[in-house]
Amino acid sequence: MDLQFTEEELAFHEEVRAFLAADLPQDLAAKVRRSDTLSKADHDRWHAILNARGWLATTWPEEFGGPGWSPVQRHIFEEESARAHAPRTVPFGLAMLGPVLIRFGSKAQQAEYLPRILDGADWWCQGYSEPGAGSDLASLRTRAVREGDHYIVNGQKTWTTLGQHANRIFCLVRTDAQVKPQAGISFLLIDLDTPGIEMRPIKLIEGGHEVNEVFFTDVKVPVENLVGEENSGWTIAKFLLTHERTNIAGTGFSTQAFEEVKSLARARRVNGRRLIDDPLYAARLAQVEIDLEAMKITNLRMLARAQKTGQPGVESSMLKIKGTVIRQELNDLARRALGPAAAPFPAEALAGNAAVAPEEHRADAARYFNNRKLSIFGGSNEIQRNILTKALLEL
Amino acid sequence: MDFDQSEDRRMLAETLSRYLSDRYDIAARNAVAYDAPYHSPDRWAEMAELGILHALVDEDHGGMGGSGFDIATVFEELGRALCPEPILPALMGLRLLAAAGAELDPVLAGTDQIAVAIGEPEAPWDLDALETRARKAGDGWVLTGRKSVVYGGHVAGRLLVAAKTDAGLGLFEVLARDAEITPYGMIDGGGAAEVFLDATPARLLIADATEAIEAALNAGRVALCAEAVGAMDATKDLLLDYLRTRQQFGRPIGSFQALQHRAVDLVTEIEQARSITILAADALDGPEAGRRAAMAKNLIGRAARLVAEEAIQMHGGIAMTWEAAVSHYGKRLVMIDAQLGDTDFHLTRVMEGLQA
Repeated sequence: MDLQFTEEELAFHEEVRAFLAADLPQDLAAKVRRSDTLSKADHDRWHAILNARGWLATTWPEEFGGPGWSPVQRHIFEEESARAHAPRTVPFGLAMLGPVLIRFGSKAQQAEYLPRILDGADWWCQGYSEPGAGSDLASLRTRAVREGDHYIVNGQKTWTTLGQHANRIFCLVRTDAQVKPQAGISFLLIDLDTPGIEMRPIKLIEGGHEVNEVFFTDVKVPVENLVGEENSGWTIAKFLLTHERTNIAGTGFSTQAFEEVKSLARARRVNGRRLIDDPLYAARLAQVEIDLEAMKITNLRMLARAQKTGQPGVESSMLKIKGTVIRQELNDLARRALGPAAAPFPAEALAGNAAVAPEEHRADAARYFNNRKLSIFGGSNEIQRNILTKALLEL
Repeated sequence: MDFDQSEDRRMLAETLSRYLSDRYDIAARNAVAYDAPYHSPDRWAEMAELGILHALVDEDHGGMGGSGFDIATVFEELGRALCPEPILPALMGLRLLAAAGAELDPVLAGTDQIAVAIGEPEAPWDLDALETRARKAGDGWVLTGRKSVVYGGHVAGRLLVAAKTDAGLGLFEVLARDAEITPYGMIDGGGAAEVFLDATPARLLIADATEAIEAALNAGRVALCAEAVGAMDATKDLLLDYLRTRQQFGRPIGSFQALQHRAVDLVTEIEQARSITILAADALDGPEAGRRAAMAKNLIGRAARLVAEEAIQMHGGIAMTWEAAVSHYGKRLVMIDAQLGDTDFHLTRVMEGLQA
């Protein structure tokens, strides 16, 4: 039993800190700190800096341009990046499609697409969910019908995150409607410039534009854009769900959020005393601190197991549930700390002398509402419980 | 980073686990735990012989372990078997005797049973609120006051008693035969006693004992957390087995999602409980010992009650019976919270850290 990092891991930790201190642009970090919406240029800029260092595609093997990190190294990098308010890397090409192509793609697909993910030539987005296929993803109905050298795609995808910046989309499509739902799904790569595709923004609960719906009308997709075998798409989808789940607990983000709420509660005076001296508020904050400390160890235990066995294991579903609940509780504590000052909307409307919340907290209410998504996306927390049930009960 | 047990501790856990399943299964345990003297002198002697007490003490003091992880290893197995032997008072007493520079060997051998008397009726956990007074009498001291729910006090020959002096909080040794002791059993098995002191003769062990007592309390808290983790693991096994086998409406009740999701939440909380216990065990001999122990005891209190209540609810009527093992696990898991500071007491300690 040893909770300490090894000498090599500690040295790596220092290397990451030094890199972030030197190479993370301060204006980008400030935007992240304020929860400002990042532009495509902001994301591209940070990706290019990481790529120059060889630290962009953290889960890829070295032969494909990854850094060859262990799970513990990835964890250290993610924790430090969160602490430094570095932008999150956009996962769709790096953490999702990249590993899929490395595992299931043809040599030609790997050669064509992987370098373009690294150098930013392509921005991928995800076409999984449909209006009628959310948690029950296998019921998806977007059809791809083979005609000669092409598939003709018709249907609708939704919740396509940052699709407004993308030039390509990877999709799950139905290629066989006569078999059981999971057996008739294929994984297709589609160029968003193809005629017949329309992307429309979805305005979210807090007013932001983060996700989109995508409509496909007689879209011609070359057959070489099929990844893996026809009708093997469900295997790929499951691979994505159970694989590459590093950082699922988000302990770096929660640690950062906890420190910020603590500072806010110590600085803010409410009804004649510091907010932190309100025992009811302090008790809620103390309890989430305890839960977070425990989750950090749970996360490390699972990392250590992944490092040893090479398998993340179903326990990652526990981390997803617990990690999202803790982050949402912290978002709630931040919102509540501001009291009525959390409500002015949009927050930027009250700037300068009229501002009622500290600048780095003015989006706390928006963040609270936006982060309700955490327990819904990536397999809702209820779906995670179903996954855990299968492993635990073996009924 | 390595979360596997060392070879030595794995062997210790296996030895203890094998012994307990051979000699102290749930039927044997229940036969002992609820009737005076609320433990088995034979089993106690055998466990001392096995070296269980030695595992709780470092080599400098004649033991073979003594770290937070050694303590956790022993108590996790004790919890899994719901063992009612008064090993917690031995752990805390050994720590205090070591701090006082006193002889440990008779205690380690199992022949000399000790108990630690700190809590009082109106001050179960807060050292600042203790009222038992010590005053000088001739060459020695006499103590006056009442110590309440003294675990192990029902069998101990010697009591280590915390009492206020003009200089602060002192630690004293009182012979059980000099005090008025009312022994009793506990709802969750095992025994304790009320200890009445009325100008009772005492020997001073440590004049300024606050630090030593806090250290012993923190070791006891880590032990209770590990005991709870073991008991929660055993309860989880009982529950999952029941969900797989109990048939209603023509199918196993574990096929109902209303129960599945609750079982999963319970298992998740057990993993959190295991994690915080690791954190507290790791910190036991360092500057963060008190804070980590407070965090652990708070989380354990919440998790153990959840596991107890949910396991009872999902077992249904059978869990209401004395015959069902889950009822005894449930009682222990709930009542652990009341020992050495409950969830609210420890949450307050963590809060004070945030406010300071």
